Amino acid sequence: MTLPSEQQRKERIDRGIKIRCDSIYAIMSHRELSYLALPRLILIAGMLILPFVVPSMYWQRVFTISCIYALLAISFDFLAHYVGLVSLGGAFFVGIGGYLAAIANTSLGLSPWLTVPLASLVGGGLCTLLLLPCLPLRGVYFAIVSLMYPLFMARVIEALDILGGTDGIMGIDSFSNRWVEQYFIICILLLILFGARRLVNMDIGLVLRGVKDNDQAIRASGISVTFYKSVAVFLASAMGCLSGACLVHIYMWSGISLFALDFSIIPIAATVIGGSGTLVGPLLGCLILVPISELLRDFGTLRIVFYALILVAFIIFRSEGIMVYGQRKYHQFERWIKY
Amino acid sequence: MNKEPILKVNGITKNFGGIQALSNVSFDVHAGEILGIIGPNGSGKTTVVNCITGFVKKSSGHVFFRGKDISRKPPHKIADLGVTRTFQIMRPYYSLPAYKNLVIPLFSPRAKRTGGWRGGGRLGDRNTVGIDILEEIGFERDSYVPYKLAATLPTGYLKRLELARCLALKPEVIICDEIFSGLSMSEIASMVPLIERLQMEGITLIMIEHRLRELFRVTDRIMVLNFGEKLMEGNPKIVMANEEVKAAYFGSQTIQEVMDHA
Amino acid sequence: MEILVYGTINSIMLALYALGFAMVYGVSRLPNFAHGALYVLSGFITWSFLNTLGFNYLLSIILAILATGVIGALIYQFVLIRVRGMEISEIMASYAIGLAILEGLRYGGFKGMTYTLPAFISGSTEIAGVPVDYQRLLVVVIGLAVVALLWLFTRYTRIGLALKGMAQDERAAMMLGIDSDLMAVTAMGFGSMLAALAAALLLPLGNIVVESGYNILILAIAVCVVGGLGSWMGAVLAAFLIGFAQILTVVYLGSHFQMVVALLAIILTLIIKPSGLFGRQKELEERV
Repeated sequence: MTLPSEQQRKERIDRGIKIRCDSIYAIMSHRELSYLALPRLILIAGMLILPFVVPSMYWQRVFTISCIYALLAISFDFLAHYVGLVSLGGAFFVGIGGYLAAIANTSLGLSPWLTVPLASLVGGGLCTLLLLPCLPLRGVYFAIVSLMYPLFMARVIEALDILGGTDGIMGIDSFSNRWVEQYFIICILLLILFGARRLVNMDIGLVLRGVKDNDQAIRASGISVTFYKSVAVFLASAMGCLSGACLVHIYMWSGISLFALDFSIIPIAATVIGGSGTLVGPLLGCLILVPISELLRDFGTLRIVFYALILVAFIIFRSEGIMVYGQRKYHQFERWIKY
Repeated sequence: MNKEPILKVNGITKNFGGIQALSNVSFDVHAGEILGIIGPNGSGKTTVVNCITGFVKKSSGHVFFRGKDISRKPPHKIADLGVTRTFQIMRPYYSLPAYKNLVIPLFSPRAKRTGGWRGGGRLGDRNTVGIDILEEIGFERDSYVPYKLAATLPTGYLKRLELARCLALKPEVIICDEIFSGLSMSEIASMVPLIERLQMEGITLIMIEHRLRELFRVTDRIMVLNFGEKLMEGNPKIVMANEEVKAAYFGSQTIQEVMDHA
Repeated sequence: MEILVYGTINSIMLALYALGFAMVYGVSRLPNFAHGALYVLSGFITWSFLNTLGFNYLLSIILAILATGVIGALIYQFVLIRVRGMEISEIMASYAIGLAILEGLRYGGFKGMTYTLPAFISGSTEIAGVPVDYQRLLVVVIGLAVVALLWLFTRYTRIGLALKGMAQDERAAMMLGIDSDLMAVTAMGFGSMLAALAAALLLPLGNIVVESGYNILILAIAVCVVGGLGSWMGAVLAAFLIGFAQILTVVYLGSHFQMVVALLAIILTLIIKPSGLFGRQKELEERV
């Protein structure tokens, strides 16, 4: 095989403006500030304005549901790409959070403003406790256990006919009015999104990334890997329980369908499509997938096949995902250079 | 000086399936000394380190640190007590800058308690402490070396980074697993003063080494392992003159025969 | 006495479910979350051959087993090989494929009570005063034969030895000239065939339902975890442990709790001895 005399390769270089925006220099001028701030502002403004722009109340509801799935997807991305734990059972968090909120609301009579935080924290603690045995072990055990719990919970509730059995718990209060419902969820989503991004870039995020990459070195540094994994799982499961709690207040009903596979597969597909590791990508992925899911509602479980196949396609072709591609284009430019 | 050894290793045995990696290895390490552990490849030197620091479960035997039994403790607890180690296959956090590599150990409970090396008892800003530690061990702050990504640093710096990671915990014992390997003569020559300085600060060092000449410069007590058994320990000159030790390194023919065939 | 008989039958059934999963994980370290899907898929293929195409029953079974093996191997060759070694992507990909197959079958209308496979022999007999139908008896006999054959296969045939070698140490096997990719594909093919075999034997005992795909997956994973991920003989032993535990629960507590036993078994194993009964994972991973 002869090598061509002149070879080319693609080179990716950071844009000048990105380098100029490093740390404190970002506030040097309006141009740098807007380079950094604009995408975030567009995101926030877009999310806040969207409920007004969509054509009907039905689609507003769809948007709200997308936000709820987005919370789940962000928690999946956080666990998978910053800590190295693949959570195949997002439905477990949703179900636990949902049922806890339902019980708090119907039996204890608490209002949604109380049940949602309560369900998140208590649910987060409960899920972490249940997932604790597999945290000192390799990632595959976490995947196995997280896969099983939702399947198992659904069966137990059905078989023992507790917590409302197959009918579920009905008569749950909803939020005071639909605008409150809408914006409460959007604001929580944005807070959690930016909070999560801050967390992973802060130093605690470094420790978590260290846990994912190089856990022997972490152990040699006197840090308990199990502890940090538990913290991460608590955060992620609290996010999931939060979304479940909001969901039951929207639907005013809590049943076994909270443990359905939808909640497990859509976050994964949304993350892979939207761009894993960015935490914004999953949000984008949900905004794409959930409306499509609504449109395809007539097709029943074929939707799940659809997501699963897209997921597989993305994995096979090692696509980066939309946000990763977007970020790359925004921060870097490419050119061909000769060897 | 305290007569009681700071680290006491008693009868460690380790089997990996059918392979006897260590057989009844015992030795003492006194506070403030440098003990060298040498031996041909496969003699179980790294396994000794793994057993002491808890990365590998011993088949039998005990390890005492300051009188406390640390035989069953997990690695992070042992590091928390002050017994740290470096890795023969280096494990820095490649995608992070060098000083961030140190920030991570500074999150450990021990670092919070002791303030890290040069921390003065209380942990200040982790970034600053990290850069201070790096500067102490030879990363030139002015050339921005601490800010470089660990993946871009040459071996000499990475070895020092491994050492710095231990120092971030303000250790009492550092076990260096082949820290001179992969370094050139001049790089080793610049590391030796660092090691001596650590000893002067009161840190006990155990050094597993192949580079005997450089090792003998820093230490005056060594131990020889061969096929998982301890052959002997003592002053380097005496140990290296021992016939069994020579046979371990050179083979079972006598030295004269080797010379004849050469 | 009932417990002994039913316990043995249940245990062999569990072992049959689990062997396919154990083989794939043992050889290529891939948790095959599509295992349950392949089980159900092969049942439907058999049913289709039998009813739609009107083939002879035995022929349908053999064709279905081969077809499932081929499908499994193709899945590995075209999808999973590309993410080999990246644990996160492997898990997501096999999970997604499993879901796609199962939910696709569910959409295709294969739910409810309408699809069954006939038993090989109908009728029942009594063993030590306990009524047992012939199908279950056949399951035990064939199951034991499968385990024995598998043991012989991995000891005395070239492919079997190659698979065993890869299961123990992949690098060493590669150095001996064993093509690890090819062996991984083969393992997946065999694993799928074992799932299909289990389906052929066990589906006649009930209906072909998509839900059972998930149940089979849970049971197979439970058995493999308790036995030690990657150990084939451990899986067999664990099958007996869990099998008897399940029967005891049915007798004393009620039949709802069968799956609870599986889950509890997993959790207990992870707490007490994570490497399972015969797992060698922890030992070998300790090399620092």
